[in-house]
Amino acid sequence: MSENKHIDEVSGVSTTGHEWDGIRELDNPMPRWWVWTFYATIVWSIGYTIAYPAWPLISDATKGVLGYSSRQELTTTMDAVSAEQADLRAAIAEKPLDEILADETLRRFATAAGDAAFKVNCSQCHGSGAQGSAGYPNLNDDDWLWGGDIEAIHQTIAHGVRFDGDDDTRFGEMPAFGDILSGEEIRQVAAHVVSFTGTPSDPALAEAGAQVYADNCASCHGDAGEGDVTFGAPNLADAIWLYGSSEAQIAAQVRQPRHGVMPAWQERLGDSTVKQLSVYVYSLGGGE
Amino acid sequence: MTLATETAASNTASGGAVERIDAEAVNTAGKRQPLYAPRKKIFPKRASGQFRRFKWLIMFVTLGIYYLTPWLRWDRGPYAPDQAVLIDLANRRFYFFFIEIWPQEFFYIAGLLVMAGIGLFLITSTVGRAWCGYTCPQTVWVDLFLVVERAIEGDRNARIKLDAAPFTANKLARRTVKHLIWVLIAVATGGAWVFYFADAPSLLIDLATGEAAPVAYMTIAVLTATTYLFGGLMREQVCTYMCPWPRIQAAMLDENSLTVTYNDWRGEPRSRHAKKAAAEGRTVGDCVDCNACVAVCPMGIDIRDGQQLECITCALCIDACDGVMDKLGRERGLISYATLSDYNANMALATAGGTETINPDRVRREGGGLSEKVAHFHWRKIFRLRTFVYFGAWSLVGLVMLYALLTRDRLEVNVLHDRNPQYVLLSDGSVRNGYTVKLLNMIPEPRVILVSLEGLTSATMNVVGLDQPDDRSAAVPVEPDRLREVRIFVTLPADRLSEAGTSFRFVVEDKASFESDVYRASFNIPEGSR
Repeated sequence: MSENKHIDEVSGVSTTGHEWDGIRELDNPMPRWWVWTFYATIVWSIGYTIAYPAWPLISDATKGVLGYSSRQELTTTMDAVSAEQADLRAAIAEKPLDEILADETLRRFATAAGDAAFKVNCSQCHGSGAQGSAGYPNLNDDDWLWGGDIEAIHQTIAHGVRFDGDDDTRFGEMPAFGDILSGEEIRQVAAHVVSFTGTPSDPALAEAGAQVYADNCASCHGDAGEGDVTFGAPNLADAIWLYGSSEAQIAAQVRQPRHGVMPAWQERLGDSTVKQLSVYVYSLGGGE
Repeated sequence: MTLATETAASNTASGGAVERIDAEAVNTAGKRQPLYAPRKKIFPKRASGQFRRFKWLIMFVTLGIYYLTPWLRWDRGPYAPDQAVLIDLANRRFYFFFIEIWPQEFFYIAGLLVMAGIGLFLITSTVGRAWCGYTCPQTVWVDLFLVVERAIEGDRNARIKLDAAPFTANKLARRTVKHLIWVLIAVATGGAWVFYFADAPSLLIDLATGEAAPVAYMTIAVLTATTYLFGGLMREQVCTYMCPWPRIQAAMLDENSLTVTYNDWRGEPRSRHAKKAAAEGRTVGDCVDCNACVAVCPMGIDIRDGQQLECITCALCIDACDGVMDKLGRERGLISYATLSDYNANMALATAGGTETINPDRVRREGGGLSEKVAHFHWRKIFRLRTFVYFGAWSLVGLVMLYALLTRDRLEVNVLHDRNPQYVLLSDGSVRNGYTVKLLNMIPEPRVILVSLEGLTSATMNVVGLDQPDDRSAAVPVEPDRLREVRIFVTLPADRLSEAGTSFRFVVEDKASFESDVYRASFNIPEGSR
């Protein structure tokens, strides 16, 4: 390269010796602060690779003398959060539900924690806003199949509905009246049920259905269709319908009823979380 | 590389006893240092005069403001801190005497920054880089560090001698003491900064007992390092290499801006032997080339080279030169604050319109003193279109901010309409909508805020947790200086769902102070039920 040495005429500084279309690059030394910063980063990087996980090996990587790992850091952080919340969770597990509702701190924590637990465990069926869908009850409204006070909600969440694995589960089953009643009787009783809240397609049909209803349905759903939370028998005289409000939908439900199933959560989530879920559901606006 | 040791020669030939200083400008346009060359040290000599006194005063006032402000108290009642100026990051509040700012009012700070920017334009267009020369923290702290340096190592000559001397116990002791005091000043600087962010007296105790937050110690450490580095070690390099302002200010200056100027129209040709020249019949200028202006310059420049990027217009060279002129019995102002237009007029006078070389006789009166034709700065030049525009913009921003501040609301409402579910059909066929309502009580007093519905005439509302029956309004107590978030359910009866299309608003009022705010909201109903 020495034979390429070329001194720039204007600045008197030697160039790199290469020429790009008549343009030469001056070969000025680096500013000293820059060079020293560069050396400092090299020194730093050596220390860093010793202290922290750095070099990839065949099936692993160097661990670093500080023993740092981001997975461990996450665990530590989560443990710290759990430790901070431990008192609150223990208090919720210990105290009865009405005391939790009365205690501002516990109620706020339970509502927020219940919201999080709901999103993970319940939103798949009930929806992320607990708004439900056909066959899955809306938990925001004031219509409760199994009762809407805090204890009833807790009981339902803890032991589930028609859940095989829990002896205390909520149970109630409507017979399939397609085997019991004739098609005409089913149409009649469907028209009668519609007449509780609206106008049936044929008043004469509804009139005829009154007797069928009294004989077959009133024992669970009540004389005026008010329902019974003991059996989870829905209120037929309100605006809320789990499987649809048209005569055809009601007739279909009479003929071959569908029944929802909810797992029992006490075993899976534990006492504290189930209580938090209860407080959250209760807070949605329909709690009694 | 080292500057020649001082050779102070008294020059009786030029009249008074003027000390000639063998000073060389370190930073000159003619031979600029390459960036990779080591810095040449500057040993600014102590100046004395009107500008130096003014700078002492400014230094005293600005440092006083900086160090003492956090200790001022301001009574705001039992619900707010009593520190006059406090940036409460934890609670997201900024207190400035009688003003309290919430995060959403940060535009006031933005407005202040805009005012500071335009104010800088205004100042620069009238009196040049006065910010750089007098009030910039870099200048003030370098000045402070130089005071320490002079007190321990002596003035310019002694410092140069000490710097060149081999390391002895004496030098080591002086250097150690100097750097120790510098570090102490730096610690105090960083220490004062953190007091703006917490209650100063209790933070001081916490700091002393080691119980303050780690971030406080780290902030002090970082500011200590930067203060020591910038004020003690880097000094003029910060202004020359790091600061963008010297580059920008060229756009602010015009021919009527005051800048520190060497009036070569009366100074040239400079001569060290004025009497001898006079005897020989040669005409010489007022500059006796004593280098006093170079020796005092903290930027290491020679102002006689003309305006240059490094000059922070600290005016110490004016003081130095005026002192020399006084000794020589000549008129002051060989170096002075002057505008370019005045300078050009005087230069034209001295050079007979640029046709000849400078002849100071043209600007002199018979028997000494300056001719009456010489232009001097007149205060009316401050008032010109450019400064009016800057001042107009500056005051406009200020007035708008003042108006906004005086008429701002201390009660606010924000409403989040539930989106999931958008509505809830209730068993009696009525429809309920949920709203998260945020009530902002922005004064440090507890208040009862009346929340009511306006429009949607058949609807009723219920505030969750208040245990009040459904109604058209509810009184919600809110803690002082706090936001209270409440859930409000609004229910519209089944037979009045057609109202849902009409506009409806949440109105919040403080019946005591007559403050109010409204939020326009909507009401969702199931599709097809209208």
